[in-house]
Amino acid sequence: MTTRSTAPPRYPQVWTFRPPRTRLALWVGWLLLAVLFLICWRLMNANTLWWFVADAPSQAIDIGQRMLPPRLAYLPELLVPLWDTLNMATLGTLGGVLLAVPVAFLAARNTTPSMRLVRPAALLVIVASRSINSLIWALLLVAIIGPGLLAGILAIALRSVGFVGKLLYEAIEESDPRPVEAIAATGAARAQVVHYGIVPQVLPAFWGISAFRWDINIRESTILGLVGAGGIGMKLQASIDTLAWSQVATLLLVILATVVVSEWLAARIRRALI
Amino acid sequence: MSAPTAYPSRWRRPPTLIRDPRWRWALRVGALGYLVLALGALELDAARIAEGLERGAHFLRGFLQPDFTSRWRDIQQGLIESLTMTLTATVAGILLSVPIGIGAARNLVARPIYLACRAIVALSRALQEIIIAIFLVAMFGFGPFAGFMTLTFASIGFLAKLLADAIEEIDASQSEAIRATGASWWQLIHYAVQPQVMPRLIGLSLYRLDINFRESAVIGIVGAGGIGATLNTAIERYEYDSAGAILLIIIVIVLLVEYSSSHVRKYLQ
Repeated sequence: MTTRSTAPPRYPQVWTFRPPRTRLALWVGWLLLAVLFLICWRLMNANTLWWFVADAPSQAIDIGQRMLPPRLAYLPELLVPLWDTLNMATLGTLGGVLLAVPVAFLAARNTTPSMRLVRPAALLVIVASRSINSLIWALLLVAIIGPGLLAGILAIALRSVGFVGKLLYEAIEESDPRPVEAIAATGAARAQVVHYGIVPQVLPAFWGISAFRWDINIRESTILGLVGAGGIGMKLQASIDTLAWSQVATLLLVILATVVVSEWLAARIRRALI
Repeated sequence: MSAPTAYPSRWRRPPTLIRDPRWRWALRVGALGYLVLALGALELDAARIAEGLERGAHFLRGFLQPDFTSRWRDIQQGLIESLTMTLTATVAGILLSVPIGIGAARNLVARPIYLACRAIVALSRALQEIIIAIFLVAMFGFGPFAGFMTLTFASIGFLAKLLADAIEEIDASQSEAIRATGASWWQLIHYAVQPQVMPRLIGLSLYRLDINFRESAVIGIVGAGGIGATLNTAIERYEYDSAGAILLIIIVIVLLVEYSSSHVRKYLQ
């Protein structure tokens, strides 16, 4: 005859969300995060002038008063820079897309000529282009080829290569292998396989990605002028430098309107494609 | 008896996107016309470009032989500012965007609160980081504190919007079940909403951490501290080897953050 040696497990009387050990781990995790935050806060604000920060509300009111009302007489002067900005974004997108297509085909696992040599090189191009913001590209290019639209176009193009290249090569890798195989079975050459098997599959994605990037590029091209790359950002920089806040207000309205319109347009194009 | 239909002897690939040939031609002509106009407006100075190529080669040499040492103190300072700014701004952004995100979810709050929170989100999303940074630098003075404020403000727009969208998409049956037990509004948030959106919130926060680092490298150009300011100085001094070193550091950190955050996100899902 056996006795019941083990007592029944003791359950807590009150139901809780998590077992105690998980709760403890969570508390420690949050505590560590708080400590890290405080350390970072102290490091970051080592040189902060707190009286200047405390002064911020009065500064904000001051700037706000200077901005209102926006100087609308400034609008006609902005038409040419606005046209430049649109051109910068569009030509930059065009250049970026033209560069990105071969890079994407070299980077995609199913179309790359060599997995060991070409694919890593193409991925490196994509990564380098993606991790540097277009404003930094513009900063570099203005230093190299001088201020002007060309620097802006190249900056936009170089930044777009990575973005379009990454999304496009992912689309290529996700394409259905069966049509590709069927076309290869007809005795088609490599280029023909790509042309008839893969291109039709990724074409809608390609246009969608391009429209998406064009929208982002419009947004970014409005500020590239801050570092001298032409367009409406140059006017912004000039107005800020001369403390003409009522002109800055006008410029912000124009930029906002441009961004909203381009976003709407890109969304329309993408909806038509998908 | 009618004559047999004449089939073309060569197969041509059917058009994939735009079926109507008139539209296709109109688009082609329009695009060509635009290109002529746009390229015509472009003023190219051949002599300046030739000079630029030389400088470009100079820069490329600097990039291939990056100089980490001679400006290491500046680089270190910029990096510390950027990294601390990124972390603090992300944390502060999450703390602020959770209440705003809950307020911007249509299925949880009253209409006026919803509209007010959506307005905050729209304001934050409409302006780019760099423009916000210009204003905040004018208000708070130069340095990383202005950068911190900028990134926090920008994070709110991003996180609160995506969080609100996630909350609006939650499974309604769970919140209904919790509500049926007589739970208060806070209990509803805690037991029905939070478990459903937490993985997504963590994923979004990590993604925003990644974005905030990238942006912290940029807003320094307008005086908001960080590695961007160091880079700007290096380029203005034509020290391309130091600039190359800074760019390499930025690329490496961006890659590290991106890979680790995407790994954590994959692990969470």
